[in-house]
Amino acid sequence: MQTIYILWLRQLKRYSRSRARIIGSLAQPLLFLVALGFGFGPIYQKAGGGNYIQFLAPGIIGMSVLFTAVFTGIEIIWDRQFGFLKETMVAPVTRLKIMFGRTLGGATVATIQGVVVFLLSLIAGFRPVSWLGLFPAMLVMFLTALLFTALGTAIASTLDDMQGFQLIMNFVIMPVFFLSGALFPLDGLPPVIMLVARFDPLSYGIDGLRWALIGLTHFGFGQDLAILTAVTAVLLAVGSYLFSKIEI
Amino acid sequence: MIKAENLTKKYDEFTAVDSINFEVEKGEIFAFLGPNGAGKTTTIKMLTTLTKPTSGTVQLNGFNPVESPDDARKSFGIVFQDQSLDDELTAWENMEFHGVLYGVEKKLRRERIEQLMKFVELWDRKNDLVKTFSGGMKRRLEIARGLLHHPKIFFLDEPTLGLDPQTRNHMWEYIKKLRQEEGTTIFFTTHYMEEAEKNSDRIAIIDHGKIVARGTAGELKQQTSTDSLEAAFLSLTGKDIRDEHATGADHMRMRRRMWHR
Ligand SMILES: Nc1ncnc2c1ncn2[C@@H]1O[C@H](COP(=O)(O)OP(=O)(O)OP(=O)(O)O)[C@@H](O)[C@H]1O
Ligand SMILES: [Mg+2]
Repeated sequence: MQTIYILWLRQLKRYSRSRARIIGSLAQPLLFLVALGFGFGPIYQKAGGGNYIQFLAPGIIGMSVLFTAVFTGIEIIWDRQFGFLKETMVAPVTRLKIMFGRTLGGATVATIQGVVVFLLSLIAGFRPVSWLGLFPAMLVMFLTALLFTALGTAIASTLDDMQGFQLIMNFVIMPVFFLSGALFPLDGLPPVIMLVARFDPLSYGIDGLRWALIGLTHFGFGQDLAILTAVTAVLLAVGSYLFSKIEI
Repeated sequence: MIKAENLTKKYDEFTAVDSINFEVEKGEIFAFLGPNGAGKTTTIKMLTTLTKPTSGTVQLNGFNPVESPDDARKSFGIVFQDQSLDDELTAWENMEFHGVLYGVEKKLRRERIEQLMKFVELWDRKNDLVKTFSGGMKRRLEIARGLLHHPKIFFLDEPTLGLDPQTRNHMWEYIKKLRQEEGTTIFFTTHYMEEAEKNSDRIAIIDHGKIVARGTAGELKQQTSTDSLEAAFLSLTGKDIRDEHATGADHMRMRRRMWHR
C-alpha cells in the first residue's frame, strides 16, 4: 500500500514541479476552446445545434485528460533514458504494484488537469446545467485518465527511445482525439466515421462528460461507464504484462 | 550466495557474456574486473533481474532471478554504473522513495537517511533538487541510497567512479563494517586496481565476455609473475584500448568518465 502511495506521490510531485508542462498543457485546451468555440460558434448555431461552447467544453476537457494521461504513461520512456527506471525495476516490489502506483498517479494528475480545464472553460462562458454534475464528471475523467495512462504505459513499455514518442502522438493520440466526437456530435455521422468512433474509447469518456455536464448523451451514461471500465481493466492488464516484461 | 553457471548473454549475433562460471561465498567481497566492454555490467544486469540470460543459470541467495524475480530482488541492493536518481525530486525524496520501496520501517528509515546523508555530506543539501547537483554529489547520493536498506547481497558497479579519495575510503569503511555486522556479500566492479586489491577477498577478471583469471590479488600476481595487480591485469587482458561494439550509452559513459578524471 505504502509503495503504491509513494509511486503515486512521485507522479504528483513531478507534475506540480514542471511549471512549463502545466502552462503548456493548459494553454492548448484554452486555445482550442477559444478558437474553435468562437470560430465555429455562429455556424453551429445557424445549423440549429445551439451554443457551441456548451457542446465543445466537455470535449476539450476530455482532450486534456487524454493528453495528460497518455503523457504521464509514456513518461516511462524518460525514466528509462535518465536511468531512474532501473531503480524501480530492481526494487523488491512486484512490477504490478509499480505499474499500478504509477498509473494511479498519472490518472490523478490527468483528472486534476481536467478539473482545471473545466474551470477555465467557465471563463470562456461554459455553464454546466447543474453543478452537481461535476461529481459524475470527475468520475468519468478519472476512468478516462486511468484508461489512457494504462494505454500510454503499455505502449511505452515496448519502446526504448524517444523516437517512439512522435509515433504515439501521430498514430494514437491525434486519431483518438479527432475521431472521438470531442469536436462534433456523433448523431447523423457517415457510417464509417461512426464505426470508428464506436471503437474509440475516448468517445465514451466524452459522451459521459456531456451527460454529466450538459445533459446530452449519445450512448447513454450507463453504457459509457460500462465500456470505460471494461476497457480500462483490459488495458491495465495488458499494460502490467508489458511492463513486467521490460528489460533494461 | 551468488552462483553463475554457463551464464551467457547475446545481443543479436554479438556475445557480450560468454558462458561464465563463478561462485561467491556469503560475506565475501568479490571484485569483478575487466576492460571497457568486457561484459561486467551485462553480467550484473543478469544477476539482478534487469535482463534475462540467453542461456545458463544464476542462483542468488538460493533464488533464480528468472523464475522468482521478486524473491531474488528482496535479496540484494545495487549501485548502478549509470545515474539512476530522479532529477526532479530532492535528495531527501530520492532517499525516502527508495526506503519505502524497500520496505524499511519509517523510524529506522528516517534515522538512516539522516545518518547516511550526513555521512556523504549532503545533509545540508537535502531539500535541493538532484538536478542541481554535481556529478560527484549525485554519485555520493546514489551510494547513500544503496546503503539505506541493508541487503544480503550488494552489487556495486563502479561505485567510486568520479569520487574523491576521501569519499571512496569512507565508503569502503562503511561497507566493511556492514559486512562485519550483517555478513553482507559484496560483488563489485572497478577500474581502480588499488581499490580492488585493497578491498577484495577474491577477484575474477573478465575479458571479451570470458573469465580469463580468478583468485586473490596475490594469486593473480603470482600467476602472471608481476608485482602489482595493475601489471597482472594488463598482462591478462592486453594493452589495446577497447571500443568494440560500443553503444551510444557506452560512448556517453566514456565521455562522462573522462570528464570526471
Ligand atoms: N543493450 C545492448 N545491446 C547491444 N549490445 C550491448 C548492450 N548492452 C551492452 N552491450 C555490449 O555488450 C558488451 C559488454 O558491455 P558491458 O556494459 O557489460 O561492459 P562493461 O564490462 O560493463 O564495460 P565498462 O567498463 O565500460 O562499464 C559491450 O561490447 C557492449 O557494447
Ligand atoms: Mg559497465
